[in-house]
Amino acid sequence: MTKYVIKRVIAAILTLWALVTIVFFLVRLMPGQPFTSPKLPPQVAQNLMKYYGFDKPLIVQYLQYMGNLLHGDFGFSMKYTNKTVNYIIGQTFPFSADLGIRALCLAISFGLVLGILAARKRGTKIDFFCVIIAIVGTSIPDFIMGALLQYFFGIKWGLLPVAQYKGFEYTILPATALAFYTLASVSRIMRASMLEVTSQDYIKTARSKGLSELRITAKHQIRNAIMPVMTMLGPTVAAVLTGTFVIEAIFAIPGMGKYYVQSVNDNDYSMILGMTLFYGVFLVTANLIVDILYGFADPRVRIGRK
Amino acid sequence: MTELNKDMFVIKGKNIEKMETISRPSLSFWQDAWRRLRKNRAAFVGLCILGVYVLLAIFAPILSKYSFSAMSVADQHAAPSLQHWFGCDSVGRDQWVRTWMGARVSLSIGLFSATINMCVGAVIGGLCGFYGGKLDMIVMRIVDILYGIPSLIITMLVMLVLGKGVAPLIIAMCIVGWIGTCRFVRGEVYRLKEQDFVLAAKVLGVSDFAIIMKHIIPNIVGMLVTNLCMNIPHAIFQEAFLSYIGLGIAPPNCSWGILAKEGIAYLRVHPHEVAIPAAIICTTMLALNLLGDGLRDAVDPKLRGTE
Repeated sequence: MTKYVIKRVIAAILTLWALVTIVFFLVRLMPGQPFTSPKLPPQVAQNLMKYYGFDKPLIVQYLQYMGNLLHGDFGFSMKYTNKTVNYIIGQTFPFSADLGIRALCLAISFGLVLGILAARKRGTKIDFFCVIIAIVGTSIPDFIMGALLQYFFGIKWGLLPVAQYKGFEYTILPATALAFYTLASVSRIMRASMLEVTSQDYIKTARSKGLSELRITAKHQIRNAIMPVMTMLGPTVAAVLTGTFVIEAIFAIPGMGKYYVQSVNDNDYSMILGMTLFYGVFLVTANLIVDILYGFADPRVRIGRK
Repeated sequence: MTELNKDMFVIKGKNIEKMETISRPSLSFWQDAWRRLRKNRAAFVGLCILGVYVLLAIFAPILSKYSFSAMSVADQHAAPSLQHWFGCDSVGRDQWVRTWMGARVSLSIGLFSATINMCVGAVIGGLCGFYGGKLDMIVMRIVDILYGIPSLIITMLVMLVLGKGVAPLIIAMCIVGWIGTCRFVRGEVYRLKEQDFVLAAKVLGVSDFAIIMKHIIPNIVGMLVTNLCMNIPHAIFQEAFLSYIGLGIAPPNCSWGILAKEGIAYLRVHPHEVAIPAAIICTTMLALNLLGDGLRDAVDPKLRGTE
């Protein structure tokens, strides 16, 4: 097991290195330059280019950047020239992560419960209700969902704050909007895999042993059915935690998503690279954790290990 | 009671030919799937909605007297009426025509990118799963890296090279879009090739190509079609997102994403401008999801002959 984990960690680091390298050269292929504001005198722009090292050969720039990266230094932003990328991430990530964690808790807990309920009461009204939620949830784009929630709960009924992020009641709407799609997909996958598991032999064995339905579901069904949900959650967790542009824009949340999209529009190379790498670390880690968790959730893997 | 004796019986003999004939028509895989799909009411409704939308997308702009790009100051923000069935937008363009012009863009982006992604993903994933080894390892590493590259950067690069439009959008979505299908097909093929029927074929000396064509593909084709149905909404969502951040197709052309985005600005004063595109996006997604679910049940060999 330790060997396996070490191997996976090395592969993950190599993946991240390749990611940075590719994006490093890709962003320089994008249209435009970082300092193209018409208000900027050409001399200043030139000095700025020099300051950021754009006059040096590409390979020197690359080596310099990688060298800084090894110290955990993402460099200065090219748009907000007095701030480092580390500082901006440090300022914005807590908001995105906070919102993301709330949304994930909501999505995973409700999604699993709905999925399990639907599968256990298959063909009843409860099942129908859960399936409807799952289908509606995956049918509404997030910007429409966000705008509708904001309009009805914020403006029309005045129950909750419309925007900004200053306390618990401010988090409810954006977290719900963000959670809805994930919630729906979790419940859908969970229902399908619960039904698949139900017809397996070990469930029949458990039932013929005389276990109660509750114990069969809790100990045998859920444990086996949860694997596909975990696979799907890996990338989702990374994406949700590092901020989503649309929800943050609608609810005026000072998170990472906005800066990410903006940095691409602004040709802010160091911001794009820094945020991509930051997201990449999350993605790779989430996938790694899912793979390791497989061993804990699936008894077969555990037996194979001994 | 009369006694039974031998001459009361006549030996009719066996008609072997008759015993072996199948009296009911045999159904191919797709005929059976179609029969079961029709029985599934939700999936059939989904299919009908999609059919209607496709027809409207083709014919509505041709038959209407309005052009999708003609502006009219008098009709700014007009509410739905007999002249303008869906009302007008902020510069007085007829929303009915724009909605169905948008449908052409959104539906074709969804359909083409999902189809291309499916084909590419299935071939690459299939090869990886079937042959495994070094090829598999290299491709999976590439997949990991591609997964991390922000789609925004790729989209912008493609737009730079090819300009704004439907085709560049489809290409941009295809560069990373095949990954999902690839992973899923790889897993399926990996599982299938260990099964006894493949082993039997191998023992009989069947070539790899024939095994893939005759044994592997028929087993995954149903899931692939379902996957396709589920991927179309994803592509339409992505297009809507790109339009939302201003990276979609160039005006005056429009897509559902653009219509919804433009409408949201007037949510409080002219709710119909966002409500109609939003409702159409949602019903399309709903139809595709229902159809996808129905197809999954229809092509699942385990459920065959159970209803």
